[in-house]
Amino acid sequence: MLDTLLAYPQSLLGPLWPVAWTLAKILMIVVPLMLCVAYLTLWERKVIGFMQIRIGPNRTTFFGISWLGGLAQPIADGLKLLVKEIIVPTGANRFLFVLAPIMAIMPALAAWAVVPFSPELVLSNIDASLLYLLAMTSLGVYGVIIAGWASNSKYAFLGAMRSAAQIVSYEIAMGFALVGVLMAAQSLNLGEIVKAQQGGAGMFSWFWIPLFPLFLTYLISGVAETNRAPFDVAEGESEIVAGFHVEYSGMTFAVFFLAEYANMILISMLTAILFLGGWLSPFPASWGILGAPSFGWLLLKAFLVVSSFLWFRATFPRYRYDQIMRLGWKVFIPVTLVWIVVLGAWMQTPLWIWWNS
Amino acid sequence: MTFQEFIFWFFATVLVFAALRVITARNPVHAALFLVLAFCTSAGIWIQLEAEFLGIALILVYVGAVMVLFLFVVMMLDINLTRLREGFWSYLPVGAVVALLLVVEMALVLAGPWFGLAEAPRPEPAPEGYSNTKELGRLLYTDYVYPFELAAVILLVAIVAAIALTLRRRKHGKYIDPAQQVSVRREDRVRMVSMPAEKKEGGS
Repeated sequence: MLDTLLAYPQSLLGPLWPVAWTLAKILMIVVPLMLCVAYLTLWERKVIGFMQIRIGPNRTTFFGISWLGGLAQPIADGLKLLVKEIIVPTGANRFLFVLAPIMAIMPALAAWAVVPFSPELVLSNIDASLLYLLAMTSLGVYGVIIAGWASNSKYAFLGAMRSAAQIVSYEIAMGFALVGVLMAAQSLNLGEIVKAQQGGAGMFSWFWIPLFPLFLTYLISGVAETNRAPFDVAEGESEIVAGFHVEYSGMTFAVFFLAEYANMILISMLTAILFLGGWLSPFPASWGILGAPSFGWLLLKAFLVVSSFLWFRATFPRYRYDQIMRLGWKVFIPVTLVWIVVLGAWMQTPLWIWWNS
Repeated sequence: MTFQEFIFWFFATVLVFAALRVITARNPVHAALFLVLAFCTSAGIWIQLEAEFLGIALILVYVGAVMVLFLFVVMMLDINLTRLREGFWSYLPVGAVVALLLVVEMALVLAGPWFGLAEAPRPEPAPEGYSNTKELGRLLYTDYVYPFELAAVILLVAIVAAIALTLRRRKHGKYIDPAQQVSVRREDRVRMVSMPAEKKEGGS
């Protein structure tokens, strides 16, 4: 049916069709993603509100319907930031100052190109998608560094320095965790990785069981990579005002904000795909509709992981900087290295039961 | 011009421009950022040559880690531009020799037809389902496992040497052992003293 529907625009655009069709597919991913990001901010404020026995945002509403209270909050926030003035500090490098938020959000969106939503539904089914993801997430640090330097402000610069060191350190642990995943799945392709987790035992054939230490490392490194609490020393309000984005206002600030939340959703989606079986059902296949793989399961898993990010933020106090470095270098990297060796040995024995061969 | 050729020329133009700016930019931070741009575009060209592993590894290692640390250092330097230009004439002969060598090398590559480069066989297009990454991994861990391990050991020695050279224990360092910190008990810090209440003396 889709082919007949697409035949008309295809004939209309001629040679430009592949470009237009790819752009349309990109929009189909980015627009829902941006909506998710907007409502994630509301969900965060609500969750933290519930945890602190408050109500959270409940005033802004659509068309005065009272039971929708709070639902229009992200729209109102977005509109407010959109019409605010963008102030460029004196002595700041104008070009880099504006480039920084773009550099922050670009990798957060580009990484979605290889994320599979179902066995067929993926924008670009490339072979080295896991490597591509690692490369894209490692580019995110440039937004922070350039912002810190171009702002011509000491606080912003301190935030950028902290963030650069933190992201580079945690990337190593994250990369090692992914090495474990690709060893277990025997593939770098995200779709193949999910298929490798298909087994008769439902949620017990996913990789979070044999790779449990790597799963925890990946999750916590993910929190550190996105500069979220308790690892948010890059912004540390009580120490360096707001860190790297202290000089940003209006839409330039909003783009940093969007990038942070888009990164959070990306990391939770990847955790769901790499360790929690992606679109596979947690129940055995014999359970009928509950046991069938579907996009809904992927969404549910990603939602649970992203909610745990908010939970961390509401629960833990901020780490001290030297403790962050110690955790990254002296705990996570040795744990992942040891587990990779254990995994290599384990996979040579008949005790390894995670291949549905 | 096909779409692929267009992409190649686009990347090539950006790459040459960025590489030129690396050496002409006055501000070292700008130069480092142009180097990042140069790395990114050359990774694009490599991916177009079906060397996707090398391309992505270039981004991952050089752009994602090395250049971040490089920027980190360059941003913290207080660079005096006039003092940087002082030694221009004394460095010129060495620089000229290096430049001449580079020009000769470039000429050897670019003037390929005169040096018989055209007679070399064209690389065959990769078959369907060919994975660059898998092939590299297979070669590294089977045919070239000894050179590979040797390189790894040399790097390890370099790491140990670098750390040993820079590691110094501060005499009056305030280092705290986290394990000790965590295992502290209430009794070590507070002493609860039970005292009978005293009557207030005089006054209102």
